[in-house]
Amino acid sequence: MRALTWHGKHDVRVDTVPDPEIVNPRDAIIEVTATAICGSDLHLYDGVIPGLVPGDILGHEFMGRVVETGPKSTLKKGDRVVVPFTISCGACFFCQQQQFSACDNSNPVEKQEASELLYGHPMSGLFGYSHMTGGYPGGQAEYVRVPFSDVGPIVVPDGVSDEQVLFLSDILPTGWMAAENADIQDGDTVAVWGCGPVGLFAIQSALLMGAHQVIAIDHYPGRLDLARKLGAKVIDYTQTHVLEALMEMTGGIGPDAVIDAVGMESHGFAPDRIMDALKQKVGIGADNVHALRMALMAVRKGGRVSIPGVYGGLADKFPIGALMEKGLQIRTGQTHVQKYTRQLLHRILEGEIDTTFLISHRLSLEDAPTGYRNFHGNQDEWTKVVLTPGAARGT
Amino acid sequence: MTRRSPDLPLAATVLALSIGAGLAVGKAMQSNPKRPHDSAPGRTARRSSFGGYQVVGRTVTIKAPRSRIYEMWRNPDHLTDFMEGLAAVQVNGNDVTWVIDTPDGHLSIETRLVEDRRDEALAWRSVEGAEVEIEAKVQLRDAPAGRGTEVEAHIAWRPRAGIVGQWAARLRGTDPKIRGKQDLKRLKMLLETGEIATSANRKAD
Repeated sequence: MRALTWHGKHDVRVDTVPDPEIVNPRDAIIEVTATAICGSDLHLYDGVIPGLVPGDILGHEFMGRVVETGPKSTLKKGDRVVVPFTISCGACFFCQQQQFSACDNSNPVEKQEASELLYGHPMSGLFGYSHMTGGYPGGQAEYVRVPFSDVGPIVVPDGVSDEQVLFLSDILPTGWMAAENADIQDGDTVAVWGCGPVGLFAIQSALLMGAHQVIAIDHYPGRLDLARKLGAKVIDYTQTHVLEALMEMTGGIGPDAVIDAVGMESHGFAPDRIMDALKQKVGIGADNVHALRMALMAVRKGGRVSIPGVYGGLADKFPIGALMEKGLQIRTGQTHVQKYTRQLLHRILEGEIDTTFLISHRLSLEDAPTGYRNFHGNQDEWTKVVLTPGAARGT
Repeated sequence: MTRRSPDLPLAATVLALSIGAGLAVGKAMQSNPKRPHDSAPGRTARRSSFGGYQVVGRTVTIKAPRSRIYEMWRNPDHLTDFMEGLAAVQVNGNDVTWVIDTPDGHLSIETRLVEDRRDEALAWRSVEGAEVEIEAKVQLRDAPAGRGTEVEAHIAWRPRAGIVGQWAARLRGTDPKIRGKQDLKRLKMLLETGEIATSANRKAD
């Protein structure tokens, strides 16, 4: 089959690799009909997430048709499914509490050592990501082996297009959980750093959850425009003093909840960010936490901090004083996708949530390297790339 | 009993590691005798001496009743399902021979089942003349609030004097601590999900 493979920093290629097959009883094989490039794929593209091996198949946002099932799969051949990026057994202590991204049993034991060292505990397996999360071959491919296919994939009806439901695999539940983690109350102002796909879905979700106002912060005019269209007020941090503006836009109180949808590769010219970026570049293990620092400073006393943005290691100059003295609450984590797919599919089918506004580019899987290059290099115009296996190459 | 004794009998060591005596081991290994004893198992002490024995152990909580886990350990057919590098287990009454794959071929360790308390504990000890002096013990206790069973396994071993190429060395850098932990996690996967997770895309990988 054809698949997008990682070979090093800024080096991804479409290669011919062996087709997957059923390995475990609960597996299914999916023929991919649509797959997307995620912002977190760019962390892999930039080489800032440890634990990739040349030849790894990337991609964790995908959907397709079931073409083969293991004896214990509950799916049927021909089922049309969206597959969560988190691989979860559904039976362990964590899955039973709906903490699917903490699943004990999906990350192969021999792959758990590194994350146990780095984080204290291993996390669940993820598709197309680091070998710390299992090194499972990903979905930017013609076929994918889906473990625990009786738990993760959600069957979608035929009347709805791929583009309407594809993002149930990651970014829509991630944006939704980010807003849920902000614990939005009546009258709340929610400030969202980063208007990438997750930030935009967090904005949409926060408004659906009844936020009084959502203020979006970014520097790409195109992305700020999408945020504005969703109903957010926007701040361009290249034009405005963000902390001062947030105070003035909230009656001098500060946002009740803040969402860091940026993660470890923030932009801008703040001195702390440049130091972080430098340390990240020379590989001394510090994450770039500029957006999170800003969010912690901005949030009101006793406010809530939600972190859907991806971090992988350690932070320098983390404002622990602001966190403690202001009595803040932090909620974060990789998304417990399976917890949200059903209710969000329902909202899509009811017309409450539209996700297609996000898609800026549609490419053949064969053109995936072009997609990576532009999604990485031209974030203003390339907001989301959807890849179709088998489609003709562009010119 | 003293932790410093180089000739501490293996049986006593292993006995001391059992739940009830775990505190006693903790006490004995405190480097500063003036400090009160803490509640941690002896093998987690910063400084430990088990009289020439290596001791490793690990606890894993499995969402399954004690009886089911006991059955997995008691039945030799099941052991090779989750213990990596275990080629076969031969059982003849209470005599149990563990055949382990090593880079140099098979290594057989003859042991005897020395403790068998149904749904609670199992222990095996190497017989006189075995290439390695070893005792392995598995203990099962109910986890709180219906969370299943806490499975604690540990191994104490010492190469027999005069035997060249001790077994741990023959395993070529496979740390028994990591190996034991991974075996427990495989057992957990098998019991909780019915399969052992792999990211291999094909059976042969």
